[in-house]
Amino acid sequence: MPHLSGLDELVTAIGAAYEAALQAPLDSRVALRIRGGGSKDFYGGMLAGEVLDVGAYRGIVAYEPTELYITARCGTPLAEIEAALAERGQMLAFEPPHFDMATLGGCVAAGLSGPRRLQAGAVRDFVLGVKLIDGTGQVLDFGGQVMKNVAGYDVSRLLAGSLGTLGVLAEVTLKVLPKPVAERTLVFAIDEAGAIARLNQWAGQPLPISASFWHEGKLWLRLSGARAAVAAASDKLGGTAVADGERHWLAVREQTHQAFAGTPLWRLALPSTTPALGLDGLCSIEWGGALRWYAGEGDGVRELAAKAGGHAVLYRAAESLRCLEGAFAPLAPPLLALHRRLKKRFDPLGILNPGRLYAEL
Amino acid sequence: MSPIMPNAEPSFQTDRRQLVACLKLLLPAHCLLSDDEDLRPYECDGLTAYREMPLAVCLPESEAQVVDVLRTCHSLGVPVVARGAGTGLSGGAMPHAQGVVLSLARFNKILRLDRDARLAVVQPGVRNLAVSEAAAPYGLYYAPDPSSQIACTLGGNVAENSGGVHCLKYGLTVHNVLRLRVVSIEGEIFEIGSAAPDAPGYDLLALLIGSEGMLGVVTEVTVKLVPKPELAQVVMASFADVGQAGDAVAAIIAAGIIPAGLEMMDKAATAAVEPYVKAGYDLNAAAILLCEADGTPEEVAEEIARVTTVLREAGASDIRVSQSEAERLRFWAGRKAAFPAVGRITPDYYCMDGTIPRKRLAEMLSAIAAMEKKYGLRCANVFHAGDGNLHPLIMYDAAQPGEWARAEAFGAEILELSVALGGSITGEHGVGIEKINQMCVQYKTPELDAFRGIKAAFDETGLLNPGKAVPSLHRCAEYGRMHVHQGDLKFPELERF
Ligand SMILES: Cc1cc2nc3c(=O)[nH]c(=O)nc-3n(C[C@H](O)[C@H](O)[C@H](O)COP(=O)(O)OP(=O)(O)OC[C@H]3O[C@@H](n4cnc5c(N)ncnc54)[C@H](O)[C@@H]3O)c2cc1C
Ligand SMILES: Cc1cc2nc3c(=O)[nH]c(=O)nc-3n(C[C@H](O)[C@H](O)[C@H](O)COP(=O)(O)OP(=O)(O)OC[C@H]3O[C@@H](n4cnc5c(N)ncnc54)[C@H](O)[C@@H]3O)c2cc1C
Repeated sequence: MPHLSGLDELVTAIGAAYEAALQAPLDSRVALRIRGGGSKDFYGGMLAGEVLDVGAYRGIVAYEPTELYITARCGTPLAEIEAALAERGQMLAFEPPHFDMATLGGCVAAGLSGPRRLQAGAVRDFVLGVKLIDGTGQVLDFGGQVMKNVAGYDVSRLLAGSLGTLGVLAEVTLKVLPKPVAERTLVFAIDEAGAIARLNQWAGQPLPISASFWHEGKLWLRLSGARAAVAAASDKLGGTAVADGERHWLAVREQTHQAFAGTPLWRLALPSTTPALGLDGLCSIEWGGALRWYAGEGDGVRELAAKAGGHAVLYRAAESLRCLEGAFAPLAPPLLALHRRLKKRFDPLGILNPGRLYAEL
Repeated sequence: MSPIMPNAEPSFQTDRRQLVACLKLLLPAHCLLSDDEDLRPYECDGLTAYREMPLAVCLPESEAQVVDVLRTCHSLGVPVVARGAGTGLSGGAMPHAQGVVLSLARFNKILRLDRDARLAVVQPGVRNLAVSEAAAPYGLYYAPDPSSQIACTLGGNVAENSGGVHCLKYGLTVHNVLRLRVVSIEGEIFEIGSAAPDAPGYDLLALLIGSEGMLGVVTEVTVKLVPKPELAQVVMASFADVGQAGDAVAAIIAAGIIPAGLEMMDKAATAAVEPYVKAGYDLNAAAILLCEADGTPEEVAEEIARVTTVLREAGASDIRVSQSEAERLRFWAGRKAAFPAVGRITPDYYCMDGTIPRKRLAEMLSAIAAMEKKYGLRCANVFHAGDGNLHPLIMYDAAQPGEWARAEAFGAEILELSVALGGSITGEHGVGIEKINQMCVQYKTPELDAFRGIKAAFDETGLLNPGKAVPSLHRCAEYGRMHVHQGDLKFPELERF
């Protein structure tokens, strides 16, 4: 499929696929595989269908620093958005990884957040509005550009993490925040169990901790905030100050740190107080204990995570393995039924990213 | 779908005797009300202008009873309206004439409070403030703090996505709830979210929060608790002009400061409040701003210094910084008591809840001043200036013929202007029954259709809180017709019936 650079072209392309699917028998329907920068082909379930490249629909539509929002088209590279924000001393507080090619649409569709999530919140917490093209080629506007809006169901946030299965996020409005005045990174030598206990203890106190990362006996902590607050917290916590802290957090955000090198790589979201899991293999911990990365065979990982009250994503692995195991933890039957009904509402013929989130969707 | 009236509001015909007989089999006598005098207290919520008598009120004490009631209503085709404390200001908990009110008032236990994991598992009838009180010994609290927090329940907060003074910095209910346990209209229990982040699948938590009791009945809520800041201090600034005060708000944000609270009151509001609470407000000011900083003592000192500079540059005529916790609370007391204070100077008031981009504040306020003349009613303005959420309080006297109709029209005009300025018809109180017509102004047919589709995905028979929050296509057409103005037909794309 050619590069589509206008909203009308996207609408037409999806509308045509919908019309074609209406005519076609169920087993020979065409699917569309929405693609932003393609930086996430490794993630999620099966990749099926003809590529619908939305990367060319790009550009910042509106940016109002004093209103704390930015609106941009889905194909806009995150790098471009963050550069515009940086000029005004602002940021995307959920700190998504950007690489060269990650796009705004892909970032919101994937719903993944970076190191600052612990303090600032997740992608979904910053989505204020979206322009969506649903599976029939219809354009829908949800939310808006104001901080508070409770008129109607919150569809914008529902779309964060939906992996393109409900529609193409043509345009997104995100809440932005000022960059902290000061940051400092501290390192502690500590074992896994000790790190988990400490992180939870600290999180219960009013400390300006904005990121944490544990790996192989070392715990990195980032403090962000007013100059005086960072200095006071740093005196209180001890540890060793690191000179190139920023580089470290970049490596964590972009997953170039060696902790993320192994495969298959599992991403475990857990209640932060969950004790050390005792898994063999490469392991690291983020978000104050709530996010744990584990590279290894993974027998029983899913059960272990579920028992702890969380869930495990088969994050980076061969496609065959992801299709076999399912990239995401299975849903309870009533929830799966709700998912299917919602999918049907937005994409009645199931042409958008089928199987990318769950085989049944 | 009937060709005559597509998407008409479903009509319900309930056999009251049969209904009550069935409910009696499920609930002990003290959990069921069906005499008119017992039902009277439930005929409205905080929006007293809209009233309706239900056929029965159920006050279950266990989740199993909730399931039984819902199953029964589902099988009999009887509408159900969930109710928390009834403090809602948009009529969300107003009963259905053919239906049952399901009160969650007896679900008032905090089931678990985990200090290490910083969360609380509570029943939906627990009052908002009770959560923070229970968490206080651990140095923790629940951040969303609606002004009604002494009375309103967590279930109501979830249904309305409630916010308060602190939500500029700490978020709304949607940012502070981790998990919900929900019973569907069919009586099926499901859980969404968890104590772990990023639950798999669609973010149904976001969908349920703010859904105004339309998608399911919440029976358990897990909330996030956050550390109490060591110190909080508030700056109070007076402005001779409301536009200037609005610009000051933008200047604070532009300076990279996100205050813990940023609230504004106009002259009419301070005049109503001051004799009532004696907060020491500047009665000569056209508007006053309250700006709170919280955090470590070092952080607060730094932020207060920066805010003070910005306010001075923005033209504040007087600036005062609270010098003690008692003084801080006194500064806030007036803002928190604004509603009851206005209630003392007028027989009735009608509280609006629009949001607008902050930069349009002055424009909106002068438009409201013009509307005061047009409708012959006074209006006091208190609002969450930090997030552009206005609460114009329109004063009227229900006993005077025609005044309520004028107040209603005044309110509708404010809401429609909010949309025109790029905002929303509700920032925190919900659509309920009150703003249902303005939904047709804020959204077009495709979005409203999508909302109806979502509703159907959860509640196919449409028995949960019918007639609220999401208007039927028919209703929008009717409203559009009412608003035909000089031949300029609104919603020309809609079919007319
Ligand atoms: C901590 C972290 C580390 C990461 N590390 C890596 C890494 O090492 N290597 C790597 O390659 N990636 C990595 N990613 C993922 C990725 O870079 C980002 O999530 C990125 O934002 C995806 O954007 P994209 O445009 O490349 O998406 P794509 O890969 O194009 O798409 C991602 C998903 O979103 C859907 N989608 C895309 N655009 C839209 C749209 N407009 N509307 C609806 N659906 C859409 C796609 O169909 C697909 O399901 C990482 C992510 C995180 C959070
Ligand atoms: C003086 C005053 C000040 C206020 N200030 C604020 C404020 O600052 N910020 C703010 O956001 N709001 C404010 N409100 C509005 C109101 O208090 C909130 O909307 C509150 O969340 C309602 O809670 P409630 O328990 O009273 O709910 P109710 O009024 O009983 O119900 C509200 C809605 O929730 C539904 N519901 C209730 N419980 C459940 C449940 N368990 N499951 C499913 N649905 C349920 C009902 O059906 C209804 O639609 C104020 C109200 C008053 C009277």
